Amino acid sequence: MTEFSSKGYLDMELLRFTTAGSVDDGKSTLIGRLLYDSKSIFEDQLEAVKRASIQRGNEYINLALITDGLRAEREQGITIDVAYRYFATPRRKFIIADTPGHVQYTRNMVTGASTANAAIILIDARNGVTEQTCRHSYIASLLQIPHIVVCINKMDLVEYKEEVFLSIRKTFDEFARLLELRDYSFVPISALFGDNVVEQSKKMDWYSGGTLLEVLEHVPINHDYNLQDARFPVQYVIRPISDEFHDYRGYAGRVDGGIFKPGDKVVVLPEMHKTSVKSIDACERQLDSAFPPMSVTLQLEDDIDVSRGDMIVKENNLPQISQDLVVMMCWMNPRPMQLNGKYALKHTTRDVRCIIKEVHHKVDVNTLTKIEGDLEVKMNDIAKVSIRTTKPLFFDSYSRNRRTGALVLIDEGTNETVGVGMIE
Amino acid sequence: MDKYNLTHLDELESESIFVIREVAAQFERPAILFSGGKDSIVMTHLAKKAFWPARIPFPLLHIDTGHNFQETIDFRDDLVKELGVKLIVGSVQESIDNGRVTEEKGYNASRNLLQTVTLLDAIERNKFDCCMGGGRRDEEKARAKERFFSHRDEFGQWDPKNQRPELWNIFNGRKHMGEHFRVFPISNWTEMDVWQYILKESVPMPSIYYTHQREVFNRDGTWLAAAPFMKLKPNEHTEIREVRCRTIGDISCTGLSLSTANTLEEIIAEIAATRVTERGSRADDLRSEAAMEDRKKEGYF
Repeated sequence: MTEFSSKGYLDMELLRFTTAGSVDDGKSTLIGRLLYDSKSIFEDQLEAVKRASIQRGNEYINLALITDGLRAEREQGITIDVAYRYFATPRRKFIIADTPGHVQYTRNMVTGASTANAAIILIDARNGVTEQTCRHSYIASLLQIPHIVVCINKMDLVEYKEEVFLSIRKTFDEFARLLELRDYSFVPISALFGDNVVEQSKKMDWYSGGTLLEVLEHVPINHDYNLQDARFPVQYVIRPISDEFHDYRGYAGRVDGGIFKPGDKVVVLPEMHKTSVKSIDACERQLDSAFPPMSVTLQLEDDIDVSRGDMIVKENNLPQISQDLVVMMCWMNPRPMQLNGKYALKHTTRDVRCIIKEVHHKVDVNTLTKIEGDLEVKMNDIAKVSIRTTKPLFFDSYSRNRRTGALVLIDEGTNETVGVGMIE
Repeated sequence: MDKYNLTHLDELESESIFVIREVAAQFERPAILFSGGKDSIVMTHLAKKAFWPARIPFPLLHIDTGHNFQETIDFRDDLVKELGVKLIVGSVQESIDNGRVTEEKGYNASRNLLQTVTLLDAIERNKFDCCMGGGRRDEEKARAKERFFSHRDEFGQWDPKNQRPELWNIFNGRKHMGEHFRVFPISNWTEMDVWQYILKESVPMPSIYYTHQREVFNRDGTWLAAAPFMKLKPNEHTEIREVRCRTIGDISCTGLSLSTANTLEEIIAEIAATRVTERGSRADDLRSEAAMEDRKKEGYF
């Protein structure tokens, strides 16, 4: 905070990351440590944590208490729901999606992972790679989080030994090959004592890499969006009722892929109308380009019928257009998925209905094996399913575009979000 | 910075505009909850940008405790005129007069809690199906668990343990009759982001955010504004000090900071050096560990 300047603040980048670990891996302590050592904890918050620590008879300030939000969480010492935390360094602003590590809360990890540029996977140095590590890494790869930082925590409890670190790293490497993880790195830490979190550890001379914070500050994020395939789902039509803008007709939305420029030849799906981009408006400014994740308003050269749920793309680069999709589905609701059941479906800005046609297999997230016998898809299950929609969707595979490849299912009776899918 | 990279403020702005447009697309009768504080002013500014050159397609709803800073009310009225939007006021005084709520007694009496009833009544009377609020997740620990699209049952209650999963940028605003949503477009902004954005965009702010002389008194370490309805304890006395508001709420619970900050740059420098959260001076949050969680469950902002 001391190096603060407004000029620098306007040049900062945003990194969203999520944290995954089992109940006792020290995840809350790690986040508390990151916030504390980066001086993002205010005095009144710290005082509250000190008071609570003393009350519970903790020997030292329990940094894990910083992240406990709800009354039940403080009482039971657990995390129930995804919580969001914020801190900044002169280089970047960070948003942490802090997700619970319990088995029954897999849906929360999937939620936190959906918007993350990076994931921190915590491993207890005493236990090494466990089933939970496997599950967390699988979810990170399934949700296509671009970067993974494996934090080997509690190094203080294994006397800061390099052999322990190397052995865990070797096991993880083998397993990362299975998952086809591309970009991942390792940091040995002690969240409790702050080793290699923000401050370089003095007890692990053998480690020459950066601290966790340095790694997070330098993860490259400029290629996390798809800049090749132009995709603009129309969100809202702007038609002012005023004399000055009588003929104005703008299509508001967020760029989900590619780069749009004035003059670009475009096609509007599903009608396949051909036209070109007249201007890209952002309030009173006209821009010379729009790219993800910008919210802009496009004006088109021709007066054609365009509404919410349509998609503006480029002529020579169409998305897939189909009513039949194969999806990796994560189930989020206590009521199991109904085979042949009908659900409301949201995809980009498009609302349709769908029917579950077939469950191909489920995935055992702890061993990464296929389950082909029991095909009932229950809460926290991940399954490959075929669905058919009432109207065509315009989509890309999730691995190509995290926005146009994602969908959610809604129970039409309860209106709850019951399933989330990544299109194959 | 890379050519096709956004700065973090641009990315936050884009996210908020997306959420506001989603509200316009998914709901029939949405409203903006407008308190006159910086967060609701920034949210309104974002709404203006989201629909330009059209007008903001929803009204502003102000829950008036009757204990407001006059500067806030003047600012509100000017803004409404400039934007050409409708203003709807829900009056806590009216709720008291109609016997819907009972005024708190004692020195720390505040109308802050009573607002919930007035707010829920206003939502019902105007048949609003969605209210957008300027709440931010960094403000308070219960808010950190809030969704962008937050479902409320027919009693206006929030059930934090049973929230709908919210993934990517897909927002589920489906509901049954009588239920409504609270939507928080600037969820991911911090106090510093808000001020930096105000500076970058030259968003006008009520004068009480800047230093001014005011008659104040000190209660348990917090500076409060003197007003006819604020009862002084025997050991308290008023004095004139140079103060400014860090947050704006009802006079009875808005702590003022001693400050000479007269420009946005000075305010930002002050916040950067501050070691107490902005809600640290809000008497309404200091009532208990879970004060905010409890109020939110009942339908508070």
